Amino acid sequence: MHPAKSVIFFTTTTGAGYGLLFWLAVLAYRGLVGPDFMFGLIAFGIAFALVVAGLLSSTLHLGHPERAWRALSQWRSSWLSREGLLAVLTFIPTGLFALAWVFLGSVSGPIIWLGLLGAVMSLATVYTTSMIYGSLKSIPAWSIGWTSPGYLVLSLMSGAVLACMLVVLGGYWQAAGWLMLPTLFFLAFGLVIKLSYWSNIDRPNEHTAETATGLGEFGKVRMIESPHDQPNYLLKEMGFAIARKHSKKLRRIAVICAFILPFALVVGGWLIPEMAQYFLPVAALVCGLGLVVERWLFFAEAKHVVTLYYDR
Amino acid sequence: MTSLPKKPSTKKLGLVIDLDICVGCHACAVNCKEWNTSGKMAPLTDLEPYGAKPDGVWFNRIHTFEAISDAGISRTVHFPKSCLHCDDAPCVTVCPTGASYKREDDGIVLVNTDICIGCKLCSWACPYGAREYDEDEGVMKKCTLCVDKIYNENLPVESRVPACVSTCPTGARSFGDLGDPKSEVSKLVAAREGYALMPEQGTNPVNRYLPPRPKQVGGGEANAPRMLAHQDDSDDGAGLLASWVDKVLSS
Amino acid sequence: MSANPFETVKETVDLSPEVADEVKNTTCYMCACRCGIRVHLKDGKVRYIEGNPDHPVNGGVLCGKGSAGIMQQYSPAKLKKPLLRVGERGEGKFKEIEWDEALALASEWLGEVRERDPGKLAFFTGRDQSQSFTGWWATQYGAHNFAAHGGFCSVNMAAGGLYTLGGAFWEFGEPDWDLTKYFMMFGVAEDHDSNPIKIGLGKLKTREDAKFVAVNPSRKGYNAIADEWVGIRPGTDGLFIFSIIHELLRAEKIDFASLARYSNAPWLVVDEPGAPDHGLFLRDAKGNPYVYDLVKKKAVNAMAAEITPAFAGARKVKKRNVVPSFQHLAKRYLCDEFSPEAVAETTGVPAKDIRRIAAEIAHVAFEEEIVIEQSWTDAWGRKHDKMIGRPVSFHAMRGISAHSNGFHTCRALHILQALLGSVDVPGGWRYKAPFPKPIPPGVRPAGSTKPSAPLAGPPLGFITGPDDLLVDAKGEPQRIDKAYSWEHPLSLHGMMHMVLHNAVNADPYSVDVLFMYMANMAWNSSMNVPGTLNYFTAKNEDGAYKIPKIIYSDAFWSETVPYCDLILPDATYMERWDCISMLDRPISSAHGAGDSIRQPILKPEGDVRPFQDVLLDLGARMGLPGMTKPDGEAQYPGGYSDYMANHERGAGSGIGPLAGWRGKDGDQHGRGEPNPNQIEKYIENGCFWTQSLDDEQLYFKPFNRSYLDFATEQGWIGHADPIIFQLYNEDLQKFRLAAEGHGDRQPPKRNRERIKTYFDPLPIWYMPFEEAEIDREQYPLHALSQRPMHMYHSWGSQNAWLRQITSANKLHIHAETAGELGIADEDWVWIESRHGRVKGQVKLITGVNPQTVWTWNAIGKRKGSWGLDKDAPESNQGFLLNHIISEVLAPNKSGDTFSNSDPVTGQAAWFDLRVRLHKCAPEEFGFTEPMFEAFEHIPAADRPVSRYGAELKGEPSGEGVAERTWIGNRHENSANIKGLRDGKGNRIKGRKS
Ligand SMILES: Nc1nc2c(c(=O)[nH]1)N[C@H]1C(S)=C(S)[C@@H](COP(=O)(O)OP(=O)(O)OC[C@H]3O[C@@H](n4cnc5c(=O)[nH]c(N)nc54)[C@H](O)[C@@H]3O)O[C@H]1N2
Ligand SMILES: Nc1nc2c(c(=O)[nH]1)N[C@H]1C(S)=C(S)[C@@H](COP(=O)(O)OP(=O)(O)OC[C@H]3O[C@@H](n4cnc5c(=O)[nH]c(N)nc54)[C@H](O)[C@@H]3O)O[C@H]1N2
Ligand code: SF4
Ligand code: SF4
Ligand code: SF4
Ligand code: SF4
Ligand code: SF4
Ligand SMILES: [Mo]
Repeated sequence: MHPAKSVIFFTTTTGAGYGLLFWLAVLAYRGLVGPDFMFGLIAFGIAFALVVAGLLSSTLHLGHPERAWRALSQWRSSWLSREGLLAVLTFIPTGLFALAWVFLGSVSGPIIWLGLLGAVMSLATVYTTSMIYGSLKSIPAWSIGWTSPGYLVLSLMSGAVLACMLVVLGGYWQAAGWLMLPTLFFLAFGLVIKLSYWSNIDRPNEHTAETATGLGEFGKVRMIESPHDQPNYLLKEMGFAIARKHSKKLRRIAVICAFILPFALVVGGWLIPEMAQYFLPVAALVCGLGLVVERWLFFAEAKHVVTLYYDR
Repeated sequence: MTSLPKKPSTKKLGLVIDLDICVGCHACAVNCKEWNTSGKMAPLTDLEPYGAKPDGVWFNRIHTFEAISDAGISRTVHFPKSCLHCDDAPCVTVCPTGASYKREDDGIVLVNTDICIGCKLCSWACPYGAREYDEDEGVMKKCTLCVDKIYNENLPVESRVPACVSTCPTGARSFGDLGDPKSEVSKLVAAREGYALMPEQGTNPVNRYLPPRPKQVGGGEANAPRMLAHQDDSDDGAGLLASWVDKVLSS
Repeated sequence: MSANPFETVKETVDLSPEVADEVKNTTCYMCACRCGIRVHLKDGKVRYIEGNPDHPVNGGVLCGKGSAGIMQQYSPAKLKKPLLRVGERGEGKFKEIEWDEALALASEWLGEVRERDPGKLAFFTGRDQSQSFTGWWATQYGAHNFAAHGGFCSVNMAAGGLYTLGGAFWEFGEPDWDLTKYFMMFGVAEDHDSNPIKIGLGKLKTREDAKFVAVNPSRKGYNAIADEWVGIRPGTDGLFIFSIIHELLRAEKIDFASLARYSNAPWLVVDEPGAPDHGLFLRDAKGNPYVYDLVKKKAVNAMAAEITPAFAGARKVKKRNVVPSFQHLAKRYLCDEFSPEAVAETTGVPAKDIRRIAAEIAHVAFEEEIVIEQSWTDAWGRKHDKMIGRPVSFHAMRGISAHSNGFHTCRALHILQALLGSVDVPGGWRYKAPFPKPIPPGVRPAGSTKPSAPLAGPPLGFITGPDDLLVDAKGEPQRIDKAYSWEHPLSLHGMMHMVLHNAVNADPYSVDVLFMYMANMAWNSSMNVPGTLNYFTAKNEDGAYKIPKIIYSDAFWSETVPYCDLILPDATYMERWDCISMLDRPISSAHGAGDSIRQPILKPEGDVRPFQDVLLDLGARMGLPGMTKPDGEAQYPGGYSDYMANHERGAGSGIGPLAGWRGKDGDQHGRGEPNPNQIEKYIENGCFWTQSLDDEQLYFKPFNRSYLDFATEQGWIGHADPIIFQLYNEDLQKFRLAAEGHGDRQPPKRNRERIKTYFDPLPIWYMPFEEAEIDREQYPLHALSQRPMHMYHSWGSQNAWLRQITSANKLHIHAETAGELGIADEDWVWIESRHGRVKGQVKLITGVNPQTVWTWNAIGKRKGSWGLDKDAPESNQGFLLNHIISEVLAPNKSGDTFSNSDPVTGQAAWFDLRVRLHKCAPEEFGFTEPMFEAFEHIPAADRPVSRYGAELKGEPSGEGVAERTWIGNRHENSANIKGLRDGKGNRIKGRKS
């Protein structure tokens, strides 16, 4: 699949944003961070900025952004519609929670329940995003079951790294101490999931040029003349092919940047707390970079079955 | 209809394509473009029409494949491909706006370009590459099964078939109701063991392909059921010539 | 539409939108196939083009090209105004001029030459369909240097057929698609009869009892759907056919009965080596040949009704040693040299396959006869109560004809049909009117010219011996292209491919004006493009161009336009009248005659004029006979449509360009006075006319009394004598005798050996010239081109739709061959011939003869042409093999150079090309070479998007007149019929075959 900037940006930022919203609610619930005005403003600012920027970017890249509202109507069948709807709905609890935190200075009582509801809905939104891809049978790499776990875990992971950074920078040492464990857990878990995902998509699937054309009974099938000499829409959109060599290299970069380096930096921050304020922003940054590479690969490596008709 | 029609229509209009006859002439692809560029989905925009990377919206395309057996016997097959008007069309269910829909009356899968937001998701969902994004208009387009031709009362009856069908010079394309086992097309499919593309995708296409028939491949004794009995085996046929000298050879 | 975001919007689809304000019938001209079309016009623009279901050629179908007609009409490459060159030839710098000036200039240039020496005009036309008209114009002008493109196209096929059966393949005959059971197709990628062939193959393939065998080095297109593909090595079909004949002879699977009556097989040939009549038929005083009658035990008139001829045996008749011509034939092909084993290696077809195919043919021909209960009477008055057919049929085109040994191969295939008795029989190959013709047809080419005088006859015709040649006293060519000379005696269509070469080399002489029409001679229709471009621009010492003046009519900015001096922009096919005439290349089928017209259905865009109108105008300005009335006024003031309706071939003959609705009241067909309302009749009838033969006339036409009488009456043939197949061709022998020193017209020395060798009265096979000349190890591969079904020569690339399908051709090569050469898929290679090299990208396939590479014809374009952007793939990646095909052969031992053509007919030997491949260096990948300089850019090319049709959607603007009656539509107007037709493909009821 063509790794379009807009979708890469959309999925990574909303993932991180929703992850961050999740952890903020959890931290508040555990009473580890209070309704601190500045912290709230900055943390929620970042979380919402990520979510809104992601959603906006994906909306603006539509052929008709002005009609985007129509995407709310088909929630009964369409994961994209569900995602849109949930994204909008999630703003209600998370927004109220943030407002309460920042402006009322309160996260207690019913407000924390709003927060927790928001946390759940954030994850649900991430799940719907993942299902936009995960439901596409036409792209075996996405539909074999690892997509949603991947999105959820990576969202929790990137959110956790961000949250860690924020609590460290905000001087919430206790919170940081608590949060580092799950952060490390999700960094490790994320890596496991991603590695399994890759090993899964590297296996041949049931779709071949022979099944695509139904000509398998005559032997191995190869396209010898394309319908068009120049790339058409299908090839531009779905025919993206990345060389194995490159994908290996990029996978390595993703593994190191998204998981190993952040892991090391978080561990470092834990062991040498006075360095944490330096380590964690770096961790967030490399993790973000790593995830962009991971997401780029998520699209670039996914082979659409239509390419079987094009000998790609 | 957000999802597929709850009560699927019994009428399933579609195409049957005979791979044994198709010569890969592209007539159906071009005639399709010609009809539809001013039709329901008008226009079928062309980008860089005279430039370096000409590209445009097409609802029908012709591939050429070679199939090579383990024994090294190969054959060439021309392969037209357009929307298969799937019964379980994923392009419809993924659509967030309802722009993509399957008609209840006849199963034709259409796009309402007035409400399509151009998210392209349906084109990702279609395993067959049957959806065409119009970059210029920012909406998705696709084969309409010539819905504005097949029912068009402004056209004479013989023109009320899809453009690709009426134009196909070899008659490799047939059109009809594949939901009706008694229709010409259903009988054809039954007789020739027509098949669906990528059944494993679970899309339940309506269109069917008729497989190419076996060929005579050269060589082997098995393939030489007949041999002419020579009347004379000399190097120069002198015996035969001699025998013809006073033989009445006409009847 | 409400703004409730949760509402599911239901679309109401307009199922019956208004399609058009008006539907007009005319004839397609996206190629020369002549299909009938219905053009739907909306708001003055073309909404849709569909095939006319009533039309005899296409019966409602339309090919890819025809379907793209809209984009041709709106091509940015369209010429809009007469142009006069201002820069150097080849730069593409012109100034626009008015028609008055253009016509004045043209008539001045042409008129001056006519008054001085009309032979100094070379008038050559290309892919037009008005050759009877342009030929007539040339006759009136006095230009014997006239020809159409046929010489480089497929004259081998035409000559091979016409000199054997009185008819040939092309679009002039067709297999009996409904009845044939065994169909063999040799060397066809697409052909002129493109839709009829496809319709026919579709029929054949849906019948269980028919087999389709394709003989072609390539397995694309038609060949892919054949039930058996014979991947023959190029240039060797002759051997393959001989081998089939060998097998049939050996098994005596020959239709002797039919040969006895309808062929010259039993005719007695003089067998007196050294004598001036050696190898000629023994004839009586009236010219009748003899056969030896086995019952009467004596030689009798071969034309007599009841004969029992001998097919073999040396006898003495009238004191001459004679043998039946069949004996020569049998002796030649029975020889072991042509056994399947002997030819297997050269042809690449395994002996077993040849044997089996021969057996299959014999089986179908002799065991699966078709009988139609229909009586008929033969030319001798004998009544036959049934029509018996041998349902084996053949079709062939340039694959066997575009070789330097093609004439003999084409003749061999026609002979094979006669041996099987499958010519014009049920299930066999059938003639289309006006064929069959006498063998050869009776028209002789007119030669020498006199100032200001018309030619004595038409410039093109058929010759029967040295006496008919157009040569001077020394035996040197009279024509600029050397057609009808000792170099290529049977060059019936002229040799357009040699005109520029000869004119520039003043061999045999130079010309003053070159006048061309619809031929892209500076590119894909020339051999040796780089050389040809030099011919266009070659100058004398005084700085003047060697070809002083070039006038050219094109409709588009082709590669040739920039090389000409005066450009006469033509109207497109939707903007002009045309006439697809019985005198030319009509739309007849085996079922009957037909012709058609094109009517203008759109207002011409720009200041263009139909070329035919321009020719008539020029003719009137120069006062040419036939085009001027005695008072000096134009004969056809109404232009070409006036000519179409009112011109007669020979005053009072009743025969004119159009055969339908003749006579004052339009009630005569074929012959009759001109009808002032004739054109209206055509338009009413969908722009065509057809006439069905009676059932008894449908088969056996060469010797069917009823048919022959009818054909004579219609003027298709001059007399109703039976047409006897000339298996053994005496006319060829006459040339050979001359070369052996007999007669008073003998070839110059340099031609003797050629004539002796290649004028064999029976087909021979020899290695194609280029292959024989070169070091075959050095150039191990054959290189071919094929026509893509969706492109017409160079026209297609300006078409926004067609070029999206093919914009850069690749060189197709067998994967194994590529492997041996270390070439991988998509690599770039140098394709090197002995003449030059060109670079292209390869595609590995397996459906090709391993010793052959092929590419699509005429996809490569020159930068700056055809309204394309300079980055267009056509000129950066697309390439032409023409660059590396030489128009001349290497000089022979005596230093003589001959055209790279068939020695008998002058057919250009496009497919003789031999090459070697050589993988490019990595930095050479990605672009073709040679890449010629770009022409001046025509601005129209910069259209970023095309949204054609957007404004035609929905309701008509009301500007057009809504017309509900379909012109020419004989079906009931069905606006009131509801519902949907459940139909099988294109097999529309009532479709004619
Ligand atoms: N390598 C290779 N070369 C070949 C062949 C091959 O097989 N291989 N085939 C050969 C054969 S058989 C042929 S017939 C020739 C064909 O070669 P050409 O006869 O040169 O055919 P086109 O390229 O179609 O060029 C015809 C010209 O007519 C112009 N034209 C198109 N429509 C109109 C019109 O309506 N009016 C006027 N006035 N002009 C118009 C086009 O713009 C173009 O410039 O090519 C030959 N060249
Ligand atoms: N779409 C389209 N149709 C056209 C044209 C066009 O440009 N485009 N041009 C028209 C013109 S002018 C012409 S002349 C006709 C020509 O019509 P065709 O004769 O069908 O044209 P070519 O493309 O020259 O095809 C030659 C075929 O012969 C094969 N061949 C080459 N050498 C040999 C050989 O030695 N033996 C055998 N058995 N096969 C061989 C080639 O592989 C190729 O398939 O088409 C006409 N119709
Ligand atoms: S028009 Fe018919 S023969 Fe031609 S490509 Fe289409 S299906 Fe095949
Ligand atoms: S072929 Fe593709 S576009 Fe057509 S109905 Fe099926 S899934 Fe949808
Ligand atoms: S592109 Fe249009 S039709 Fe396709 S899924 Fe999106 S909104 Fe629906
Ligand atoms: S049915 Fe109509 S829209 Fe669909 S491919 Fe055929 S011509 Fe095109
Ligand atoms: S074959 Fe195609 S291009 Fe040629 S006349 Fe017929 S429809 Fe037109
Ligand atoms: Mo040609």
